[in-house]
Amino acid sequence: MNFFETLKEKVRWVGRETLKLHKCAPESRVASCLSDIEIFVVLYYGGILSYDPKNIRWEDRDRLIISKGHGAVSLYPILADLNFFDKEELNKIGREESFLSVIPDALVPGFETVNGSLGHGLGVACGIALALKRKGLNKRVFVLSGDGELNEGAVWEAIMFASYHKLSNLILIVDNNKISMLGYQKDILGLEPLEEKFNAFGWKAQTVNGHNVEQLYTTLNNFKKDNHSQPRVLIANTRKGKGIPQLENDPLCHVKSLKADEIDDILDSCK
Amino acid sequence: MNHFEIKTMRDTLIDNVYKKMQNNNRIFFLSADMGAPTLDRLRKDFKDRFINVGIAEQNLVNISAGLALEGFTVYAYAIAGFLTMRAYEQIRTNLALLSQQKAMNVNLIGVGTGVSYDMSGPSHHCFEDISIIRTLPNIILCSPSDWVTVEKFVDFSINDKRPKYIRLDGKPLPQIYQKNASFDWEKGVCELVKGDDIGIVSTGYMTHKALKVAKELKSCNRNIGVIDVFMLKPINEDTLFTMLKHYKTVVTIEEAFKNKGGLDSLVSNALKGRNADIRLKNLGFEDKYIFKSGGRDSLLEISHFGEKDIIRVLEEFL
Repeated sequence: MNFFETLKEKVRWVGRETLKLHKCAPESRVASCLSDIEIFVVLYYGGILSYDPKNIRWEDRDRLIISKGHGAVSLYPILADLNFFDKEELNKIGREESFLSVIPDALVPGFETVNGSLGHGLGVACGIALALKRKGLNKRVFVLSGDGELNEGAVWEAIMFASYHKLSNLILIVDNNKISMLGYQKDILGLEPLEEKFNAFGWKAQTVNGHNVEQLYTTLNNFKKDNHSQPRVLIANTRKGKGIPQLENDPLCHVKSLKADEIDDILDSCK
Repeated sequence: MNHFEIKTMRDTLIDNVYKKMQNNNRIFFLSADMGAPTLDRLRKDFKDRFINVGIAEQNLVNISAGLALEGFTVYAYAIAGFLTMRAYEQIRTNLALLSQQKAMNVNLIGVGTGVSYDMSGPSHHCFEDISIIRTLPNIILCSPSDWVTVEKFVDFSINDKRPKYIRLDGKPLPQIYQKNASFDWEKGVCELVKGDDIGIVSTGYMTHKALKVAKELKSCNRNIGVIDVFMLKPINEDTLFTMLKHYKTVVTIEEAFKNKGGLDSLVSNALKGRNADIRLKNLGFEDKYIFKSGGRDSLLEISHFGEKDIIRVLEEFL
């Protein structure tokens, strides 16, 4: 299997595992967790991120800040697969003895910050990016943000800060699934034209299909290698609830949970 | 040198952080576009470690959190009310919550507590910071009454890796402590004057008022005790209780809303469940803002805890 086929197979596997986790913990925001799977797969299996599961706090790692915490349950199977923690932990999600809640926080090996409250990740990441430059570490800080959380004013404080301070080691990925809790973002504040906004704020922005691993990989790999002095943003156009018809077409899918038998049917049809 | 040297707390803090930065290249000083005469030297000499984040308190806290996660010691400087209230949820999520998992040495420096910005009106007054910061786990809360405490706090702040909030008065104030005083940061209190039946517990600027009224009543042969609480968190309740237990009456004074979880609540907690028959009287701002302009003392007087009001309250118990 070639490189991209391997990534695509991982995407399918993570999708199935995410549904299994949702079955164990129906409170998880499954629609949000399905729009960013390709992003996680490309970061972790595509060789974009430097990490060491045996030494989680490895100084030379790339930092990944998950700002959209509610959408990161789909990262759990990946971290378990890569031995950040024991695979058995996945079955315990949401239970008393588990450190895996439906919104990950800094207790989960591989997570750097407290997540859940939106609009915090980019500002903290700016501080980290500044620190890495100060230390002379040639490592990147990646941030995964939702599009809805760009409504938060503090995010734009960070956007201005990052470009003014030339945080070239900072890469923001916007999971642009276009749906917030109460419906389409275009009916709430309307973020478009998003790429132009980032460019006007001094960032280098690029928009890709967020479910296309080739596009994600190529763009992120270029971001890592190129020598721009600006921070970079990858706007990944995605679909909330990707692959699940009863979620994908529902503007209120943010809070929608799938029933156990629905999940079983979907998993059976994947076999 | 004058025995009671008058200085601003912020100049003392900045001068002492400056000295630390000379020998320690892992210290950052961040400001939300807020200055001070002594800051100019720091800005000039440490161009790469002084950052003006702009008028953006939320980002000030977030950037500080990021730097601290990477092991840097950070001082984040802004107006007290804006720092603690505009950025409250950043403080909660990225400092209080996260520091329960990871060491984070962020020192939030809030300038202008109480009515120290007396002429600027209610937007600049700060009556809420004690109670709202006190309620957050994992945040140290220092409330100095003079610049000597601030000077010693800087040593403490380097060594103690927990997030901290230090609330600085905006006005130049005389020193209360001797230059060589030692501060027990885990105990957090100091009995400045031993009294007979009545003890005042105060913090920040009001400790100056407490000392003044105690001195005045001393001339009538009344011995009023004065206890300065310089650490609102952590505070050793046993230590505080030991200082308070021989008083019949304890009066708390703070430039904050009273009965809202500030110094008064801290003293109540220290008395609660411990065996002493002590009357407690709390002085502070009523449950409303002050729209009147005027000098600080006049604002305290219209709020019924000026010097004369305090003396009247004490005399009721004598």
